[in-house]
Amino acid sequence: MTDSAFLTALELVIGLDADLLAIVGLSLKISLTAVAIAALLAFPMGAALALFRFPGRAPLIVALNALMGLPPVVAGLAVYLLLSRAGPLGSLGLLFTPTAMVVAQVILVLPILAALTRQKVEELHGEYAEQLASIGVSRLRRIPTLLWDARLSLITVVLAGFGRASAEVGAVMIVGGNIDGVTRVMTTAIVLETSKGNLPLALGLGIVLLALVGAINALAHLLGEATRRQLG
Amino acid sequence: MTTYPGSTPANALLSRALLIAGLSLAATSAQAEDRFITLASTTSTQNSGLFDAIIPSFTEDSGIDVRVVAVGTGQAFEIARRGDADSLLVHDTAGEEAFVADGYATERADVMYNDFVLIGPTEDPAGIRDAGSAAEALNLIAEHEAPFASRGDDSGTNRAELRLWESAGVEPGGDWYRELGSGMGATLNTAAGMGAYVMSDRATWVAFDNRQDLELLFEGDEVLFNQYGSLKLSPERHPELKHDLADEWHDWLLSEAGQQAIGDFEVKGQQLFFPNADSE
Amino acid sequence: MTHLTLSVPATAPRLRFDHVSYAPRGQTLLGPLSLNLDGHRRTLVMGPNGAGKSLLMRLAHGLLQPTSGRLVWEGSAPRQAMVFQRPVLLRRSALANLEYALAVQRVPRRQRLERAREALARFGLEALARRPARVLSGGEQQRLALARAWLLSPEVLFLDEPTSALDPAAIRAVEAAIDDFHHQGVRIVMTSHDLHQARRLADEVILLHHGRLVEQSPAATFFDAPVTTEGHAFVHGELLD
Repeated sequence: MTDSAFLTALELVIGLDADLLAIVGLSLKISLTAVAIAALLAFPMGAALALFRFPGRAPLIVALNALMGLPPVVAGLAVYLLLSRAGPLGSLGLLFTPTAMVVAQVILVLPILAALTRQKVEELHGEYAEQLASIGVSRLRRIPTLLWDARLSLITVVLAGFGRASAEVGAVMIVGGNIDGVTRVMTTAIVLETSKGNLPLALGLGIVLLALVGAINALAHLLGEATRRQLG
Repeated sequence: MTTYPGSTPANALLSRALLIAGLSLAATSAQAEDRFITLASTTSTQNSGLFDAIIPSFTEDSGIDVRVVAVGTGQAFEIARRGDADSLLVHDTAGEEAFVADGYATERADVMYNDFVLIGPTEDPAGIRDAGSAAEALNLIAEHEAPFASRGDDSGTNRAELRLWESAGVEPGGDWYRELGSGMGATLNTAAGMGAYVMSDRATWVAFDNRQDLELLFEGDEVLFNQYGSLKLSPERHPELKHDLADEWHDWLLSEAGQQAIGDFEVKGQQLFFPNADSE
Repeated sequence: MTHLTLSVPATAPRLRFDHVSYAPRGQTLLGPLSLNLDGHRRTLVMGPNGAGKSLLMRLAHGLLQPTSGRLVWEGSAPRQAMVFQRPVLLRRSALANLEYALAVQRVPRRQRLERAREALARFGLEALARRPARVLSGGEQQRLALARAWLLSPEVLFLDEPTSALDPAAIRAVEAAIDDFHHQGVRIVMTSHDLHQARRLADEVILLHHGRLVEQSPAATFFDAPVTTEGHAFVHGELLD
């Protein structure tokens, strides 16, 4: 079985199967968009959480950390109810579209990015705080400074978010509907092939997904190493 | 983000990447403006490959694409009830009639049928192979307390299965009766893994590839009849739906062309769905 | 340098410690301490490890708030800068580190590059402008930190053990830079545990021990005839208990 799965994976990749390419493309597009949007929101959020002391900060951090474990299917259900015609945003007609999948994944990824960003920025601020105070850098001004200087660790943070986004199936299945050619992504295709009993194809798709995530991680690692070597 | 020394090149790169991602996503949604309907249907129709076979001919005739969201019948009803699908094709006649009675749909029509079959391990520990009826087969399974995998997901198949147990006079329960809460394919995978009996629609079974020791053990009782129906959803409940396009699909399914396409669909040389629309 | 107005002020800034204590969580680490930092001098704060030298610098620079007592600048607080034992440089080029300090001070963008380059040249770093600050040697990093301090146009410069991790050549460069600051009219307050360095640089010595002021004397007095027995012992390289 495993042999034929590898063969299937190999065939899929070598044959550049058009359906597969479309599915892979959509998976990447959705997860990368979701991670990019989440990062745009989470970086300043996490940094502000690291730098500012305000009432309710501790519960907020605990909540964020807890949300890191939010089951994808719950996020999916929430977005489903939100975007459903009968729901508050139903008139947008976004259910069963890639946009809905992006929204669900943003919700899944945002807490991870924000919580990890807070940790990384707080760590770095421990090192920088006196120097920045001495130069006269305001708290607000420290946000972009620390985010930029933490960029190497933030690459890892983004990868963690991307890993969660590209691996989850519960949310995209519910809000996307696994519609052939429209909202079918790697993970929902794997579920579908599994339920057809076509296990070699399902596993083959899994191997392709793994290879893809691996390649992106390797790329980010090389980028990080190059920057590290350059910046010390 | 404020610009500060040293930050610009990478930031510019990031924002450019975001822009590209956003644009290409927008492009996807723009294409979605084309003529299409969302059809809530069952896993059995999708997993067997029926839609892949018939939708292209409908699209060719009408210029309307049909986007299938395949879920259990219970969930399909819920999706339609909330107004998230334009059309509904399921297999639970009693449920469908109730759906019409409740005012969520204006019309229901028979489209096609196939049948349920009883699947089990080759050695057939309960001996249902020679049972005289479906009720007898289920009684044998219960007597032997042989493992039985139930969908347990309120799908059309699940509802049909529960009705069969009831008419067989057995209240299933105990260790041997396992409610999986899964789709048809996933349930077959699990049944294959634990050597359990399972009731499946014929289409999913024929198209299913991971049979291991499972084989078809009992078929042919008329209580195993499995009717599929198409519903026209109510414009009053959900005026925003694409009722015109959905009606075209509904009518095509019942038309000669649609019925022909359904009858022509075969897997492994076997016809899986039998068109039976009223041709009045 | 032309942009920096570092003329010797008519009155040197004067900082008064008035019964200042620093006791986080009830544990007294410094004080109570009363002393004056005044005159256009180079003051060396000395004492064994744990005497409270760094705390005194941080209190004076405003990085820490005293638990009790007051620190009072006569007149308004002067412009200050501080150089740390291990400089914290941003993960970007040497030049960008300096431009950042100028940006923080709201120096107009078009002036930043020129002034940053001048500061690099002043501290002998012009060849390293584009090098990432974090890969510079310890001595180069400390000079970059001094260049950054220079751009803040300080009237008082605090230095906390600025040479303790450096080799002799780098120490010489840093000490020359400190002299340069002083000649430009900057008040120097610096900690060191190195008696020889203190002899080279100090106009005045403050000796701390167990968080308390032991002696504050002109350098000549301190090194030749310390007033206190602890001062005497310290100058002669004996361990203080």
